[in-house]
Amino acid sequence: MANTQAMSTSFMGKLMTGTHNFGTGVIRASTAADVYYGALLLASGTFNASSSNYTGTVGSSTMSGEVSGTGYTAGGVAITNATPPTATNSSTTAGVAFWTPSASITYPTVTLGTAFDAVMIYNFTQGTAGAYPAVSIHTFGSQTITAGTFTLTMPSNTTTTALIRLATT
Amino acid sequence: MALVTTTKGEMDDSLLEKKEGSVDNDNEYTTWVEYWLDGELVHRSAHVQLKQSVMLGAEAASFN
Repeated sequence: MANTQAMSTSFMGKLMTGTHNFGTGVIRASTAADVYYGALLLASGTFNASSSNYTGTVGSSTMSGEVSGTGYTAGGVAITNATPPTATNSSTTAGVAFWTPSASITYPTVTLGTAFDAVMIYNFTQGTAGAYPAVSIHTFGSQTITAGTFTLTMPSNTTTTALIRLATT
Repeated sequence: MALVTTTKGEMDDSLLEKKEGSVDNDNEYTTWVEYWLDGELVHRSAHVQLKQSVMLGAEAASFN
């Protein structure tokens, strides 16, 4: 037997549930999962890995680069999160922690006349007006919606396809 | 016969021209449907099925 240098797979999973903190963190009001939102981004935008926050005010004012239109609320919609993150070892040195929203993200009966091509997922619970911490940005082909519904269906929640994955190899 | 939400209110789909399409690539499978009335777009819906995740790599450093 010998020891094997590795990142603990459970560590990655517990990063996703707020157990570890190497710096200055936040005071959590409860052990409940945070609430996440999905905001639609204009195709003309330049959001990327350096986009740290959703900078609008949820429910009242959109951020620069976010869609607007009839039936769309600033900040987008809350994401259904009924399935907690999972952490799974794939070998003695590798593992994956992953999470996927448990339902489609739906924007019902909207008119979004300016093309959009991405959604930003961000943390509503740990944010404040103008600064809600971003999680990820997911792109797709450019769309407009006219008096209709826009639906984003999630990939399967597996080690290889989950929407968000932390992985060692 | 079915009712469709349009820019002019609920309309019977038999009065409208329907157009549909899809996109399938490594990133998404998207379907869309449009309804037109006398050359005017009065309804468009889209459904995007995401296929890919975003991944963050993690590594434990060695002392040597």
